[in-house]
Amino acid sequence: MNSDLVQKISYHLLRLITYAIVVSVGYILFDIIRHGLPVINWEFLTDFPRRSGSEGGILPAILGTVYLTIGTIAVALPLGVGCAIYLSEYADQNRFSELIRLAIITLAGVPSIVYGLFGLGLFVIFCQFGTSILAGSLTLACMVLPIIIVASEESLRAVPRGFREASLALGATKWETIRTNVLPYSISGIITGSILAIGRAAGETAPILLTVAAFFLPKLPNSIFDQVMALPYHLYILATQHPEAEKVLPLQYGTALVLLMLVLGMNLGAIILRIHFRKKYKW
Amino acid sequence: MVNTKKSTQKTTKPIIQAMDVSFFYGTAQALFNISLDIAPQRVTALIGPSGCGKSTFLRCLNRMNDIIPKTRLTGKVLISDRDIYGEKENIVDLRKQVGMVFQKSNPFPKSIFDNVAYGPRIHKLNDKKKLAEVVEKSLRRAALWDEVKDRLSNNAMGLSGGQQQRLCIARALAVDPKILLMDEPASALDPKSTTHIEDLIGELRADYTIVIVTHNMQQAARVSDETAFFYEGHLVEFSPTKEIFTKPKQKQTEDYITGRFG
Repeated sequence: MNSDLVQKISYHLLRLITYAIVVSVGYILFDIIRHGLPVINWEFLTDFPRRSGSEGGILPAILGTVYLTIGTIAVALPLGVGCAIYLSEYADQNRFSELIRLAIITLAGVPSIVYGLFGLGLFVIFCQFGTSILAGSLTLACMVLPIIIVASEESLRAVPRGFREASLALGATKWETIRTNVLPYSISGIITGSILAIGRAAGETAPILLTVAAFFLPKLPNSIFDQVMALPYHLYILATQHPEAEKVLPLQYGTALVLLMLVLGMNLGAIILRIHFRKKYKW
Repeated sequence: MVNTKKSTQKTTKPIIQAMDVSFFYGTAQALFNISLDIAPQRVTALIGPSGCGKSTFLRCLNRMNDIIPKTRLTGKVLISDRDIYGEKENIVDLRKQVGMVFQKSNPFPKSIFDNVAYGPRIHKLNDKKKLAEVVEKSLRRAALWDEVKDRLSNNAMGLSGGQQQRLCIARALAVDPKILLMDEPASALDPKSTTHIEDLIGELRADYTIVIVTHNMQQAARVSDETAFFYEGHLVEFSPTKEIFTKPKQKQTEDYITGRFG
């Protein structure tokens, strides 16, 4: 075959692969929106479920997922960014820090059900938090930590050395330098990476299955030690455990759409924040 | 002429004294037993081919090399009679006294005002009026005030290269240092901006002790009182600039200055 032909074939093949991805994502979205949209109305969003989810709304599940997301952010963001700052700015680059990095990457690859079991063992049973928002948030936080750390470290390292040197040369301490002349410039990358990771966590089922999620709980939690319903788990229940799975199919679509919108909304927020900070600190 | 200069040099007490300074990056030795006295309110140029250790030596004077892991210094550096590598030395105080301007201008991606006010704020000057005074004074000193006075709140990244470098000088001056270290401050600038910087150095020498690294021999000849020639980590010659450029004592110096290598 002549190289011209090979070039043409590879071009079209690669293009086809790319289109295939776009088309499948588009189809999933289209399918969920087409079936989910008719179900979504004010009652669906703001009412409690009735008859084990066959009727009524999904308010507790929406709020449950929102609480879990907030809890996850509250735990994972400070820990993850703190760890990233240590690794990028303070730690000596030696075998030990390499080992830490390897551990973090390995953690990112641990299956989510393992995190679920870990959370059950540590937070639910050992720490006696019970199946609760607290235990679930901590479990989800463990799961997203590695991703937040890696994203944050990368974005800290992207800050030019000149800013650090200039600040140190003016007599600023290392911490003052980080706080005023490194973190602000890397905040857009940190936020973007973190929100994407947490959006992922919001849709996870396995970790919350064992640590927080209630099968059917038509009331709102009173404290972080209460169980909650959550969108992904509710979806799982409706789809596989419900006695009338066929009948509640529209509700499944509706739930899926709400979850999808929640996650996409967060991602959109991440994009807007990134644009904002990029504009603010441009170099 | 030369003799009178030498005698004045002897009577003034040096502000910087390097004593037998050696410097190591890991196991590689970058400086070999450098001893050098720098008098106050003078401009000292450090010249030499790339990798000769002139920048490394400059960065020893405000302990900037501390941030590079696995580096080590032996010998002593005294600034105003204080052993800056001594156990009692406070690195923040040191860097307040010894300002630095880098090769690549590195203003912060903040407003012009915030750039200059950064150092004073770090050193706990928060009074708005005083801060504004310091900023204006520093910008005037750096010959930038007239160009930026109407847009102090604009992002510093919008300035031209030469203006950015003068802003970096103003930023360094704002903490009121005694010594100003300049690491090839004009090497990335166009000729006009370079002249600007050189004129500025001429004006600043009245109030500051300036140590400048440059690989531009004409620049060293134009701006400096004394010149130190470094070669492969050794200090080959340190003399008044006029002497070193007209009748260098060492063969190596002469070869370098006349462009036979480097």
